Amino acid sequence: MRIFLTTTIASLALMTGAAMAQDAPSIDKARVDEAIAAGFARAPDDWKPRLTPDETMEQCNASRNNPPDNVFEEIRKRAEASIKYPDDGVLMGDWKKGEALAQSGYGMRFTDYPAARENGGNCYACHQLTRTEVSYGTLGPSLLGYGKLRDFSDEAVKAAYEKLYNPHAAFPCSMMPRFGVNAVLTIDQIKDIVALLMDRESPVNE
Amino acid sequence: MLKSRFSVLAVGLASSVALAAALGPADAQTDEETQRGLERFRQMLREDPWSNPALLDADRGEMLWSEPRGPRNVSLEECDLGKGPGVVAGAFAELPRYFEDAGRVMDVETRILWCMENLQGFDAAELTARPHPGGGQPVKEIGAIATYVANQSEGIPFQAKLDDEHGREAVALGEALFSRRSGPFDFSCETCHAASGQRIRLQELPHLSNPEEAREVVGEWPAYRVSSTHVMTMQHRMYDCYWQMRMPQLEMGSEASVALISYLVSMADGGDVKAPSIKR
Repeated sequence: MRIFLTTTIASLALMTGAAMAQDAPSIDKARVDEAIAAGFARAPDDWKPRLTPDETMEQCNASRNNPPDNVFEEIRKRAEASIKYPDDGVLMGDWKKGEALAQSGYGMRFTDYPAARENGGNCYACHQLTRTEVSYGTLGPSLLGYGKLRDFSDEAVKAAYEKLYNPHAAFPCSMMPRFGVNAVLTIDQIKDIVALLMDRESPVNE
Repeated sequence: MLKSRFSVLAVGLASSVALAAALGPADAQTDEETQRGLERFRQMLREDPWSNPALLDADRGEMLWSEPRGPRNVSLEECDLGKGPGVVAGAFAELPRYFEDAGRVMDVETRILWCMENLQGFDAAELTARPHPGGGQPVKEIGAIATYVANQSEGIPFQAKLDDEHGREAVALGEALFSRRSGPFDFSCETCHAASGQRIRLQELPHLSNPEEAREVVGEWPAYRVSSTHVMTMQHRMYDCYWQMRMPQLEMGSEASVALISYLVSMADGGDVKAPSIKR
């Protein structure tokens, strides 16, 4: 009964929210872009590209991250085509370096220039990864035992690499950053994080 | 007396936070200890609301409001926050709102900035060049005045005057900005604030498009932020979120900043103003 009631209240709240959204005047894209340009008016020229969503983000924004089937497929294919692999085909690096990258949230904020160290992946901000690190976020799924749960297979190594490089190849409009295609991390750094997830010795798989 | 007691609290807390930072996140127990320390600190503050250091900034803000200042050497007592020139009590709870004289919707900080420019003759470009304090620095003048003004609405439910053409447009623009993803991390406000019970690391994230949660937290700003030992205003909160999102510096008083605040306050409508509160 209580569950039923809670659900009812929750759906009522959602309906009210939706009704309110419908009453609001619609704001066209040009109007939003103009407010963004003025809101960051003092941004240096080399920062301006950050203000404009690229084609994929444009499609995700337009559909509130829930694209129709044809756009979903378009995003997925574009993401697939964007992935670059290491020349030697080796997709796993050093899990210890991966762990340090998973801890670090450094990089690309306006206080991070000139860069004092390499960019981090900041995986722990959103994911649980190891038992020893209890300060982890929950915006993304737990990755505890990631490699072990996938039998340390080569396919899973490749999938992890691709997920880090461009998550839209697996899940169009994923909330996760595109670490490779947006040049947040280098190919070597991505390999280190793949090792953190997939190496048998990694604390992720303890 | 007040000051010395606060110092003891602050030093105790600062050292536990510093300890946590020094030991690094690998030390599991330290995070829990820090959390417990924070909760103890907040509890002590609740028991003695006068020990909130933000009230010192509210006092400073009151002086800045009433003293003749700026090139024209006048006070802000002719500044109309929406309830008539010089009326501060209850004004914050009705902001943001549309101001005829300025021809736009303004939140408290944008309105104070406007009054400092148009009544006192200050240079707005100068005031907004570095509008927010760095860690350990006290909140800037506009923020101190905003803390005073907000505190003068404490306990009053938000009833922002956003239900006219201009207000509705500001809220709609804010909502559009709230979900707009861009930048190298593809983040929008919704990345972190569109669901309940989620965290970044151990920090809990409010679901801000949910009125119930918005009512809990939006009225807490401006707030004393323990980790940076100063008052953080709502404009500063927006600026800091965009910093985290890897976006450039958000202009204080820009239409985008006011629209986002309008959207948040519209979600928090009916929730009490609790400013200044205390944050991690």
